[in-house]
Amino acid sequence: MNGEKKPVLELQNVTTHYGPILMLQNLSVEIFPGEIVCLLGGNASGKTTTLKTILGMIVPTEGSVYLGGEKISGLNTMEIVKMGISMVPENRRLFKRMTVRENLEIGAFLRTNGKSLDEDMERVFTLFPRVKERLNQRAGTLSGGEQQMVAVGRALMADPKILLMDEPSMGLAPVLVEQTFEIIQQINEQGTTIFVVEQNANMALSIANRGYVLQTGKIVLADTAQGLLNDSMMRHAYLGEA
Amino acid sequence: MATITRRIFLKRFSWTGLLLWALRIGVLVIVLWGSISTLASGRYSASTWLALLIAGLAQGSIYALIALGYSLVYGILLMINFAHGEVFMAGIFTSVFLAEALEESGFLARHPFLTIGALLLLSMAVSTTVALLLERIAYRPLRNAPRLVPLITAIGASFFLQYAFRGFFGSGFKVYPEFGRMMGQWNIFGANIQVVQVAVFLAALVMMAGLYWFVERTKTGKSMRAVSEDKEIAALMGIDVNRVIVITFAIGGMLAGAAGVLRGVYQPQGISFFMGFVPGLKAFTAAVLGGIGNIPGAMLGGLFLGVFEGIGPNLILQGLGIPAANQLKDVIAIVMLVIVLIFRPQGLLGERLAEEKA
Repeated sequence: MNGEKKPVLELQNVTTHYGPILMLQNLSVEIFPGEIVCLLGGNASGKTTTLKTILGMIVPTEGSVYLGGEKISGLNTMEIVKMGISMVPENRRLFKRMTVRENLEIGAFLRTNGKSLDEDMERVFTLFPRVKERLNQRAGTLSGGEQQMVAVGRALMADPKILLMDEPSMGLAPVLVEQTFEIIQQINEQGTTIFVVEQNANMALSIANRGYVLQTGKIVLADTAQGLLNDSMMRHAYLGEA
Repeated sequence: MATITRRIFLKRFSWTGLLLWALRIGVLVIVLWGSISTLASGRYSASTWLALLIAGLAQGSIYALIALGYSLVYGILLMINFAHGEVFMAGIFTSVFLAEALEESGFLARHPFLTIGALLLLSMAVSTTVALLLERIAYRPLRNAPRLVPLITAIGASFFLQYAFRGFFGSGFKVYPEFGRMMGQWNIFGANIQVVQVAVFLAALVMMAGLYWFVERTKTGKSMRAVSEDKEIAALMGIDVNRVIVITFAIGGMLAGAAGVLRGVYQPQGISFFMGFVPGLKAFTAAVLGGIGNIPGAMLGGLFLGVFEGIGPNLILQGLGIPAANQLKDVIAIVMLVIVLIFRPQGLLGERLAEEKA
């Protein structure tokens, strides 16, 4: 799909080592504008390494990463973030001693578009009216679900070309997991391209357009979400079917 | 059920617990006994206590300014910059030369306030430079080393600075010039308050308020707080962590430089290559007392330590029949550090590290 469009984010034959250990092997991922793409895999399959490679925390030994056609592998994290990648980290990782407003302000730290801080904040408030009520509270005092909203809001404040999400379901109650994925869908409908890294394959595939399955550093399956849901190996290994 | 009761019983009556309680009660008894017998003897009038309090606040505000340097750096890097006392020394030591020159030329007598301004600028500039050089040369290459390594480096850097100053400028004592207008006294409620004490206290308060505003309200201050909470995520938000670390060291250096001039104006004697050691140790005590890494904690801890040092020996030790109690003010400061470390390791305002930094 999207054969003629240029991908927002592209990993081209990326191989990554951590010291002498091979972490990712010949990984190729394309994410097109407006898509939700998920990267599925169990523990130690290389999901987090993939994100670290995209963000320049690990430099690939072979292959390259492109953002909007420009090569970003080899740049440092700050430069990459500045070019338009935001991340919602695993376990949200808010600045707990700072207020919600300050968390959002930090999210807009590298603002380069001309828009004002207030405008971007308004955008977050339309998505999450709850966040507005909590604006002057310390982030650490919020409930898990509210923290998730602030974490997503903080990432959106930078007005990114693509939003990376590292295990958004991690550590949340089932109701909140569902809520979180609704949020992801909602911000995607407003035009943000999203790359979700998840263990919870059922949940991720229920909202994604396409998915990749990672196993010990290699992509073993790549298909549309529907295709993956119907795949027999997938159903056996990741979707909890006997 | 029986085992549970026994477990609670054992926990409550463990030997360590018993020892700590005995220590607590012992400290309390000594403090109360000493204070009551001093007060009962009626040796000092209320106005004397007031004078001691003001002197303690002046001394404490100097501690507080230095303590902020320890606390800011600890908050960001989780390391104790034991060379910070020497950062303080470098500033005041260098400014003595300018002070002497200005005194000789008569400029000081004509424009005392301009002179203090110039001394502040020089002292702050020198201290900041030393702090930045320390960060760049001694600490940055060891950023990812085990925590003991930068600590040892800091002690080494401290010796290096001391003996570099000794090598260049000798080991003699230097004296800050007198500032005529500061030497006056006010009589408040029968207590003799030196003008310089009030000036030092107010100057430190202004600087601390400025720092507080900077850290709470400005973009750079917010990025400092973000880095101190979570470096990795701060970097992900596009904050240049190295730049924040450099700014933190610079602020610590500026405050130490300013503290140097205040010290010189307040206590002109005894300026030497070694003068950073004791105030550095005291300020570190103050930072721990307030809760290291906590900015208001360092301010409060400094003031508290100054007052405690000023009043404590007379109030507590005198009543216990110890002669020349004032000589023991350094002892009492360090004893207080030990007691704080035993009973409240997170300090007066500190939050438990386990949940914050783990």
